[in-house]
Amino acid sequence: MENKSWIGFNSGVWCDEINVRDFIQTNYTEYTGDDAFLSGATERTSILMKKVEGLFALERQFGGVLDIDTATVSSLTSYSPGYIDKENELIVGMQTNRPLKRGVNPFGGIRMARQACKAYGYKLSDKIEEEFKYRTTHNDGVFRAYTDEMRAARKCHVITGLPDAYGRGRIIGDYRRVALYGVDKLIEEKQKDKADLALDSFDTARIRLDEELFQQIAFLGKMKEMAMMYGFDISQPANNAKEAIQWTYFAYLAAIKEQNGAAMSLGRVSTFFDIYIERDIKNGILTEEGAQELMDDFVMKLRIARHLRTPEYNELFGGDPMWITEAVGGVGEDGRTLVTKNSFRVLNTLYTLGSSPEPNLTVLWSQNLPENFKKFCAKVSKDTNSIQYENDDLMRPIYGDDYAIACCVSAMKVGKQMQFFGARCNLPKLMLIAINGGYDTTSGIHIGPQMDVLEGDRLTFEAVMERLDVYLPWLSHLYVNTMNIIHYMHDKYAYEKTQMALHDTTVDRFMAFGIAGLSVITDSLSAIKYADVKPVRDENGYIVDFETTGEFPKFGNDDDRVDSLAKDMTHKVITELRKTKTYRDSIHTLSVLTITSNVMYGKNTGSTPDGRKAGEAFAPGANPMHNREENGALASLNSIAKISYDDCRDGISNTFSITPNALGKTDDEQVNNLVTILDGYFAKMAHHINVNVMTRETLMKAYENPEAYPNLTIRVSGYAVHFNKLSREQQREVISRTFHEAV
Amino acid sequence: MSKGYIHSIQSLGTVDGPGVRFVAFLQGCNLRCKCCHNPDTWVRVGDAKEFTAEEVVNKAVRFKEYFKDNGGITLSGGEPLLQAKFATDIFTSAKEKGINTCLDTSGSVINENVLSLLQVTDRVLLDIKYTEDALYKENAGCSMEIPLEFLRILNNMNIPTTLRQVIIPTVNDNEENITKLYDIAKNHNCVDKIELLPFHKICQTKYDAMNITFPFGNLPTPTKEKMDFLKTFVKEYV
Repeated sequence: MENKSWIGFNSGVWCDEINVRDFIQTNYTEYTGDDAFLSGATERTSILMKKVEGLFALERQFGGVLDIDTATVSSLTSYSPGYIDKENELIVGMQTNRPLKRGVNPFGGIRMARQACKAYGYKLSDKIEEEFKYRTTHNDGVFRAYTDEMRAARKCHVITGLPDAYGRGRIIGDYRRVALYGVDKLIEEKQKDKADLALDSFDTARIRLDEELFQQIAFLGKMKEMAMMYGFDISQPANNAKEAIQWTYFAYLAAIKEQNGAAMSLGRVSTFFDIYIERDIKNGILTEEGAQELMDDFVMKLRIARHLRTPEYNELFGGDPMWITEAVGGVGEDGRTLVTKNSFRVLNTLYTLGSSPEPNLTVLWSQNLPENFKKFCAKVSKDTNSIQYENDDLMRPIYGDDYAIACCVSAMKVGKQMQFFGARCNLPKLMLIAINGGYDTTSGIHIGPQMDVLEGDRLTFEAVMERLDVYLPWLSHLYVNTMNIIHYMHDKYAYEKTQMALHDTTVDRFMAFGIAGLSVITDSLSAIKYADVKPVRDENGYIVDFETTGEFPKFGNDDDRVDSLAKDMTHKVITELRKTKTYRDSIHTLSVLTITSNVMYGKNTGSTPDGRKAGEAFAPGANPMHNREENGALASLNSIAKISYDDCRDGISNTFSITPNALGKTDDEQVNNLVTILDGYFAKMAHHINVNVMTRETLMKAYENPEAYPNLTIRVSGYAVHFNKLSREQQREVISRTFHEAV
Repeated sequence: MSKGYIHSIQSLGTVDGPGVRFVAFLQGCNLRCKCCHNPDTWVRVGDAKEFTAEEVVNKAVRFKEYFKDNGGITLSGGEPLLQAKFATDIFTSAKEKGINTCLDTSGSVINENVLSLLQVTDRVLLDIKYTEDALYKENAGCSMEIPLEFLRILNNMNIPTTLRQVIIPTVNDNEENITKLYDIAKNHNCVDKIELLPFHKICQTKYDAMNITFPFGNLPTPTKEKMDFLKTFVKEYV
């Protein structure tokens, strides 16, 4: 073993190349036992957590933002070190010099930074305003290139939520590399890659990559400086579990100091840490209690991570999320599960520190996970509503066994793949624009191919589909081009140097498109096909409402007549998107995920033939519309499971709320039945599920009396939030969702 | 294949038989229990939808992944014994497809068709509503003898049976009743479980919508303490 930090580890190709996966595979210890070994919170942990909770309470009192440093541009080394309680912290590092104080990051757009300060009663300092007068931000760049049509599409909300004024996020650095190899080795490898580039001819792509590598190397250097400010030298590999966690955290911290990205996910670190913990326990320098303490302290740091965002942003992504998504569990390519004791420990933080939306704990579910682990997950879900599940058996064949989840449902190989995030387009609105011949009645904007409004007293399925066959290709082409501009400019003006330094130099890129309102357009098409839909016209002849009579099958009842419409629609969308070339040859993907923007999308969309009235919220993600499920929970799950992951490689989000009684009578029955439901749903090759086990009454009480429920956590759409951090409108929408109850 | 009337379908049933179950509530009931929480299933056809047995099984099969080793299909009601031929066809076809079958019944109908149905039934959830004939007659509308005879048949056929009873304050929430229920279980080897279910009144809205009186609507619901206390008398069956 060439490095003393690695003594006690099994060697492998990971010793000769940057290969964290190989390190994990050759060294981890699978755990199939139950949760009895776990320790609770130590006194130290509890005292520290109490301090953190005090800060959270203060932050709430201050209207959601405790403090803003308006005079400093956030970067790796721009703040002096910050602590919660220096003497008692095991893992250190803050985004700014004080906990919960937010930094300003104007590289995505100065206007966004200015508005965010203003919204919370602050003013962006003149110094920063002055400095950015002479800088081009990502937002500036995008709007220089946007066409009139792109601006109109954005303005009428047919494509919206795009990362054209904020950091795109959705990139996961392989933060583990810093712990395993130390920063010096990473710099050395990047320098080699840069030198190799010089041998090639210098076209645009080469020159861009060459400059990016320069930035990556520079920021790896800054990362070392940042750690040094806290008294740690991370140039060399970590020597023990505490250092492994600290080094990894520093790498993540550097990323969130540099980037205010929409989703800043963590990756897949628990089992990696377990290897160090096992070695330390074997060497007698760490106890189980100590191991839990380290994880608790690490998770506490993740829970106080914050970004500064505007109220408009919160409309899209409610609840102040960071999406510090950590993928837990899953199975290896050799058949051993990747569940370790530390998979339990990271979930156990929901007990030691209490339930919480962050980090966004995501269990990679496989039929083959150990039964004990499945049961523990179900128990934690039932007790805390804080975890989500994604189908490892579906993703592993595509991404291997060292992938992670960015944001909510976006899978990517850690350190080898990244994505260009692209929000979503509004399908119900597109349908309304199509039948109105290129006119959006909500905004009064003419957009897309111009033709006559559909005629007649009754909408026919054929006529509407014929229109969609004109407008969907139009929108898809516009959408891809818009995304190409956004990501070109983001690379140019707000490149993620720290995170990309923790990737291989050559990476695969995805371009992640999305759709909102899938169940609304599906039920609308079903109504047109199976019932009578009479258009209601305004004085100019535009269709502004519908009178729907007769029965029609609704998505969410395991009825193929309508479920096939949803499946066909997603296939149609991705097929059209693929026809337009993407920036940097990225691979087109599609998600059915809305975050909390389903409320905003609904607000900006007129009445639809399914009976939804103008302004009413869409269902989130791929969910059936609220309370249209007539055959119970599993029928609803079956409908969603029919949407093909091949068409929606960026994820299919389902948020599921069930009352405890509907899961069974006793605690044991409830846990076992939840395991059974998850096994069944994923055996159907479904992709994702958020599980909430709670009653509507609890939410209503929290709605009426928010102060009494400061920590009430609920999964909303690929992530979890503190219920009281949602807007009133978002809260009402969550309450109105289907709760599967016992009959 | 036979046809029948189904009031509603619940794809996720976790309280009517073991594991995760597909539950079909059959329309029509011969009893008029004063504590009934499904008055909308009483009349023979009502708003029910007609299904063939094959259609029902085809629906259930779509949930097979959720059944694992102990889940399956449950026919409840209403009173499924009133559509015994239909129920038999459903269970026969379900068993051919490897799906476990469970019957939720009052045991108040006994005839040839019912006996055929039991041939293809893996478990019975049998309501023993009261342990006194007078209470049966007054509050359910049948003699206690029929369900007891039904239980003897189950015992002879060796069909695993869960006895169920709704605990209604002032009517049957006493030790004496539970002790009798325990004795009934003791005398029938087929009984391996007893479920005491708290009387509830969520169904009041159904009665209101139908514009009829909920006979036990003014009785209280039992406390958790009372339920726990009564359960101690049958704890070897819980």
